[in-house]
Amino acid sequence: MSANLSAILYLISGVLFILALRGLSSPETSRQGNLFGIIGMVIAVTVTFLSVGNFTSGFIYVLIFLAIGGSIGAFIAYKIPMTAMPELVAGFHSLVGLAAVFVAISAFVNPEAFGLGIPGNIKLASLIEMAIGATVGAITFSGSVIAFLKLQGIMSGAPITFKGQHILNALILISIIILTVYLCSTQSSNLFWILIAVSFLIGFLIIIPIGGADMPVVISMLNSYSGWAAAGIGFTLENTALIITGALVGSSGAILSYIMCKGMNRSFFNVILGGFGATEQSAGDKNKEQRPVKSGNADDAAFLMKNASSVIIVPGYGMAVAQAQHALREMVDTLKKNDIKVSYAIHPVAGRMPGHMNVLLAEANVPYDEVFELEEINSDFANADVAFVIGANDVTNPVAKTDPQSPIYGMPVLDVEKCKSVLFVKRSLSPGYAGIDNDLFYKDNTLMLFADAKKMTEEITKNLD
Amino acid sequence: MEIDPFIFRLSIFILSIFVGYYVVWSVTPSLHTPLMSVTNAISSVIIVGAIIAALSSNEVVIFSSSSVYGFLAIVLAAVNIFGGFLVTHRMLAMYKKKKKDK
Repeated sequence: MSANLSAILYLISGVLFILALRGLSSPETSRQGNLFGIIGMVIAVTVTFLSVGNFTSGFIYVLIFLAIGGSIGAFIAYKIPMTAMPELVAGFHSLVGLAAVFVAISAFVNPEAFGLGIPGNIKLASLIEMAIGATVGAITFSGSVIAFLKLQGIMSGAPITFKGQHILNALILISIIILTVYLCSTQSSNLFWILIAVSFLIGFLIIIPIGGADMPVVISMLNSYSGWAAAGIGFTLENTALIITGALVGSSGAILSYIMCKGMNRSFFNVILGGFGATEQSAGDKNKEQRPVKSGNADDAAFLMKNASSVIIVPGYGMAVAQAQHALREMVDTLKKNDIKVSYAIHPVAGRMPGHMNVLLAEANVPYDEVFELEEINSDFANADVAFVIGANDVTNPVAKTDPQSPIYGMPVLDVEKCKSVLFVKRSLSPGYAGIDNDLFYKDNTLMLFADAKKMTEEITKNLD
Repeated sequence: MEIDPFIFRLSIFILSIFVGYYVVWSVTPSLHTPLMSVTNAISSVIIVGAIIAALSSNEVVIFSSSSVYGFLAIVLAAVNIFGGFLVTHRMLAMYKKKKKDK
């Protein structure tokens, strides 16, 4: 296959990837978008086979390894529960990162195969590109592994900090640059290996100080890194499809990190430097005086909702932990039978990754046109009769709007307190991850429902009939 | 004076960042999780490099020091491609509209 023809086909596959992302602008076009992505991938792989043109026994092995990886991937994709999507995505990022490292190593060891020169005399530009690809790939790999372990609960979500952490990280980053410069001037393979090892180390070090609740930002950031790693390798291989995809994924991850940071009113650097939660813990203590709360049972909740004409549900990650999403949807079905208007309000950081709560609700057969984002629904709380908060906490705290001393001051929150009455399902009065008391608990129009989210929802449904 | 082909690739790269920027902002927030899984799948187009690496050796020695890395990368990328597209498909299939007849 001529080089020009394959370049054009790679370009087409890059365009199909753009269309795959474009499809996600609405749920109706999204499935078609995913199909475009698959076609793009098939084109890219086929073109590569044809342009290498080596259909010998090696080709059979490629197919075998492709099948092995493919079946593992397919198996995981079918088995994984939707609550575990953050772990899955973090795990997948680590694979992209490691694959980038492997391709870079292969290109370094055998540059002739890629048309980049001979070992010990690789073209300077290619060497820089593969060093960048390998470095970013290695950081993505070890960072994602840590993120995966934290999300999976194998490793504690608590931030791990030590003295001189930032200085050490800065020194390592500087050493990466110095190593790259020396690598380019000496072409020494030892330096290349050291560079990769140091990159693995820094990926590990930059993720350990970040707390479990900041994982939405971390996953998005690693998503972005995996893209830049792919782009770096794309430059090395002079492959348009890879360059386009890398740029798309890189900017996609960066935008998602930005949205997540904004949802928590924190700067990107504040998250990356880590240690949140550990330093802010003291903030919770100053409000320790006992204030009266009104608590109720499922019967009271059912009564309030039966007499309402509109109800807004505010789900949070706690709902997913309690596996209450199906019970919740059944409760909503009963409400709808009684001609009560129900909508869902989702805060940008409601789940453990961007859009996580939407997927969990979709899985519980909640129609997506009943689910609204913060900006879309926030003005509706004032007109709603009942807000039903289930598994959410900090994202409903009015303190974020009133108390400049509060660590979450300025964070966008749902105006739940403006509802005529608020039902707050919670196990106890314990504060949320930010370690601060929620003023909403003590409002006159709030009724606390102290129970397991799933049990409480099921009981309310019974009482509604 | 001739322009280095690198500049062309750099142009594609920069323009793609802008395309990505605008396309991703138009993605509805409710589909941000599928966005992450699909970007994951497409970034595994790095398999292209893995295939070249794996097929780089000759007929006699299939598993050379460089092709081994290629084969390993193929497995990793394939997990991602199949896993990423399938899990995205699974998620997107769950997004349903309200039934009209209610």
